[in-house]
Amino acid sequence: MVRKKILPLTRLHEPLQVEVEVNNGVVTDAWVSGTLFRGFELMLENRDPRDTCIYAQRICGICSTAHAMAGALALEKAYNLEPTPNGVLIRNLIVASDFIQNNLRHFYILSLPDYARGPDTPPFRPLLKGDYKIPESKEKKLYENYWEAAILSAKAHQLLALWGAKAPHQQTIIPGGVTEKPNANKINMSLAILKKVDKFVTEKYLPDVYTVAEYYPEYYQIGKSYGNLLSFGIFPNEKNKFEDFQAGVITNFSTQPVKFDPQLISEEVTSSWYEEVEGVTDPWQEKTEPAFDKKPEAYSWVKTPRYDTKPFESGPLARMWINGKYRRGISTMDRHIARVLELKEIINLMYTWLEKLNLNQPTLNKYEPQPQAQGAGLIDTMRGALGHWVKIEKGRTSHYQVITPSAWNFAPRGKDKLRGPVEEALIGTPVDNLDSLIEVGRVIRAFDPCFSCAVHAVQGGKSLRKFKI
Amino acid sequence: MLSRREFLKLCMQTTAGITLAGLLRPNILSALAQGEITRPPVIWLELGSCTGESISLDNTQDPDLKQLLLEMVEMRYHWLFNATFGEPALDIIEKTAREDEGKFILVVEGSVVTREEGRYNIIGARNNRLITGIETLKELAPKAKYVVAVGACAAFGGPGAAYPNPSHAVGVQDVVKRKVINVPGCPSHTEWIIGTLAHLVMYGEPELNNYNCPTLFFGKTIHELCHRRVHFENGNFASYPGEEGCFYKIGCKGPVTYADCPTRQWNNHVNWPIEAGIPCIGCASPHFPDGMMPYFEHLPDIYLPGGKKRVEKIGATLGGLSALGITTHALGSVISGRMGKNLIKGTQLKEPSPGEKVKPQEIIINKLDKINQETKEEFDQEVILNKLEEIITEQK
Repeated sequence: MVRKKILPLTRLHEPLQVEVEVNNGVVTDAWVSGTLFRGFELMLENRDPRDTCIYAQRICGICSTAHAMAGALALEKAYNLEPTPNGVLIRNLIVASDFIQNNLRHFYILSLPDYARGPDTPPFRPLLKGDYKIPESKEKKLYENYWEAAILSAKAHQLLALWGAKAPHQQTIIPGGVTEKPNANKINMSLAILKKVDKFVTEKYLPDVYTVAEYYPEYYQIGKSYGNLLSFGIFPNEKNKFEDFQAGVITNFSTQPVKFDPQLISEEVTSSWYEEVEGVTDPWQEKTEPAFDKKPEAYSWVKTPRYDTKPFESGPLARMWINGKYRRGISTMDRHIARVLELKEIINLMYTWLEKLNLNQPTLNKYEPQPQAQGAGLIDTMRGALGHWVKIEKGRTSHYQVITPSAWNFAPRGKDKLRGPVEEALIGTPVDNLDSLIEVGRVIRAFDPCFSCAVHAVQGGKSLRKFKI
Repeated sequence: MLSRREFLKLCMQTTAGITLAGLLRPNILSALAQGEITRPPVIWLELGSCTGESISLDNTQDPDLKQLLLEMVEMRYHWLFNATFGEPALDIIEKTAREDEGKFILVVEGSVVTREEGRYNIIGARNNRLITGIETLKELAPKAKYVVAVGACAAFGGPGAAYPNPSHAVGVQDVVKRKVINVPGCPSHTEWIIGTLAHLVMYGEPELNNYNCPTLFFGKTIHELCHRRVHFENGNFASYPGEEGCFYKIGCKGPVTYADCPTRQWNNHVNWPIEAGIPCIGCASPHFPDGMMPYFEHLPDIYLPGGKKRVEKIGATLGGLSALGITTHALGSVISGRMGKNLIKGTQLKEPSPGEKVKPQEIIINKLDKINQETKEEFDQEVILNKLEEIITEQK
C-alpha cells in the first residue's frame, strides 16, 4: 500500500490537494482537500443587501455570473420581487455565454493535456508521464482546436459583455432583472458570435470529445461514484419558471427523477476545519468557526453538503440525466460527453432567447429594499447546484451562506464516514505510474473542479498551531 | 522598434475593434526577430484569488492565446496551463528561479494570505511538506526582474481582504521588499495586463502613479473620461440603475476611480458598466471594495458652511472641482483625485498618499463643520479650498 499526495493538481481552479491510497495499481481510498481559505460568507455579512449579488461574484472568477444569479434570486425571494421577461432572457444569455466560455476552456485548456500532448514548449512541457494513446497526427488536430477554442471562449466573454458590461464579474444582473437594454445591434452581434461558437461546438468540440473517448474507452468504467445526482434547475423561461432544465433528484443510478425539496439540504463540518454546533446543519442557521486543534479528523476547508443525508453529485451530467437528455452511463467520460451535449442544447436555446427579446419592454422591475427579509436563491450553474441563503435585519445582511457545486462534488467525509462524490469516484481507478498519477487527474478534472468557489467561511481568532493537512 | 513615445501613444489609442495588444504585437514580434528583446520567462503565481485575472488574461483576442504563449512570453509556470502537476510542477518554479534569476517576470494574482504564517493558503506539497503562498512569493520576488501584481487583490488586498478580512489578506507590496507594479481592477482588464507586460518587455518599467499603477491606463478618473459626464455638468441625474443620466446620485464611484474603462471599454471594446446602465463600483481603486460600498449609495454629502449641500449643487457651484465633493475615502482620493491635482498643481502622481491611514471622511466633515460653526460664513468656495489644502498639508 502506498499513499501519495498531489498539490498542486494543475489545470483546475485552484488550489486542490488530493491524497490517494494505492494497492496493487488501483486506488483504494482518496481524500480531496481545499487548501485556500478566504472567507467570503463572513465578508458578505453586515453589508447593504443591494451590494451582495455584485460582491458575491468575487467568490469566483470563472463562474462569476452564477453567483450573481444566485445572489439576485435570493434577494428577489426576500423582497418578493419578479424579474421582467426581458430581464430573465438577458440573464439567461449572460449565464449561457459563461457556460460556453467555461466549457470550451474546461475541455481544451484544462482537460485535453491529460490525454494528448501539446506543442514542445512551456507550459506544455515538461510533460506528465502517461499513456498517451492518441496518434500524433490527431494530437496535432486536437491542439489546433485547442487554440481555436481559446479564441472562441474569449469571444463568448465578449458576447457576455454585450449584455453584462464586462467579463469576468459582469455588472448588470441586479434583483428585478438586468440594467442593460436590448437593441438590434446587440442582438445581431450576439447572433454572429453565437453562430461561430455553434459551428465550432458541432464540428470540433463534440467530435474531439468522442475522439478522446474512442482512445480511452476504459474511462466509461472509471469514475462512477454513487450515482446520486442533484439539480436545482437552470435557465428559466420568460415567465421565470424552469422548463428545459428542471430541478430533480436521482438516487443510485435510477432513471426516475423525484421532486427536489430545498428543506432536505443540510451541511455538516465533520471533516472540515470548522467548529461543530450540535444539531445545526441547516444553511439558514449554520455558523462557521474554525476548530483545527480540536478536530484531528478534519482535512479540508470544504464543508460536506448533503441532500436527504446522502452525498450528491451535481453538474452537467446530473442535469442531462435528470431531464432525460442523456442516460448512457455515469463515469469520467460520460461527464465530458454530457457537458458538450448540454452546451449544444444551451446554444440552441440562446437563439430562441435572442428571438424572444422585446425591444419595447423593460428589462428591470424596480424595488425598494426592505429592512427585514430573508430569501434563498437556488439555481444550477456550469458545475452544478448553487445556493445562496441571505437574511436581512435592520437593512443589512445579518446572515449569508453559500453552498457551491464544487462543495457538493468535492465534499470531504461526513459523520457517516461516507466519502464525498469525487472521493468515491476515484475508488477503483487503475494507476500505472505512482510518480505521475495522470489517471487521478483525469477523474478529478472531469468534474470541472472550482476551489475558489468551494471554500468560503471561517471566523474568530483561534490558533492554528496544530494545523495539519 | 517603436520609440517609447510611440508606444505610449498606441496604448492610449483605443479604436473600436482594434485592441491595444493587437497593435503592439507586430512591434513585439519584429523586436523579437531583430534580437532587440527576448521572449521573457514568466511565472504566474496564483495566491488568494478567484482566478478572475487568469480568465481575463485568457480573454485576450489580439494577440490570441496562442500568440501570447508561443510568441510573446514563455509561460513557464501558470497552474491553469501547466501540463504536469504535483512536484514536477513545483520543480519548474525552482528551476526558473535558479537558472533565470534576474530575468523572469513574476506575475502575482490574488491577495497574499498571511493568517497563521500563510497556512490558510497552501499552494504546494513537497515530500509531504506544505508550501504556503506567502513563502513562495517571498522567495521568488527578490529574484524576479519585475514583480507585477495583477488585479485588485494582488495590488491592494481587494475583495480578498474585505472586512472582517478573515484570512488576513494583504497586497503583494505589503509583504515583498521591492517595487511592485500594480495593475488593479476586478478583474484587471486584459489589455492592462498585456499592455503592462509589453511595456516591461520592450521598454522596461512604465511611468507609475503614486499607487505604482501605470499611468497610461490609470492616469485619469472614470468620471473625467465618462460619456455621461455631460449629464453631471447639466445636473441630469438618474434615480435608478438602467436610466439615462449621470449615476452619481445612485452611487457611481467613477469620480474617485482612476481607470480608462470609458474609452477602452471591455472584452474587445464592446461595453462597460456605465454604458450598460449600472454605476461604476470603483474596482480599480485602492479602496475597493470596502471604501466603495455601498455601491448604490450616493457618496457622502459634504457638510459645507451654511448647511449640508447636495453634490449636484456643489457640482454646479464648483464646476470642475466637483470631484472633491464626492470623495468617500476622501483624503486619499482628494490627494490623488482631480481636485488634488488642481490643488497641488500636478504633483499628485508622485506624492505618496496617506489616505488609507485616516478616516478622511470624518476629518473633512468634522473640519468643515468646525469652520461652519466658527465662521458662520455662507458657503464659500475659497474657504473650502483653503481648508482642504490645509488638511492635505497636515496629512503629508
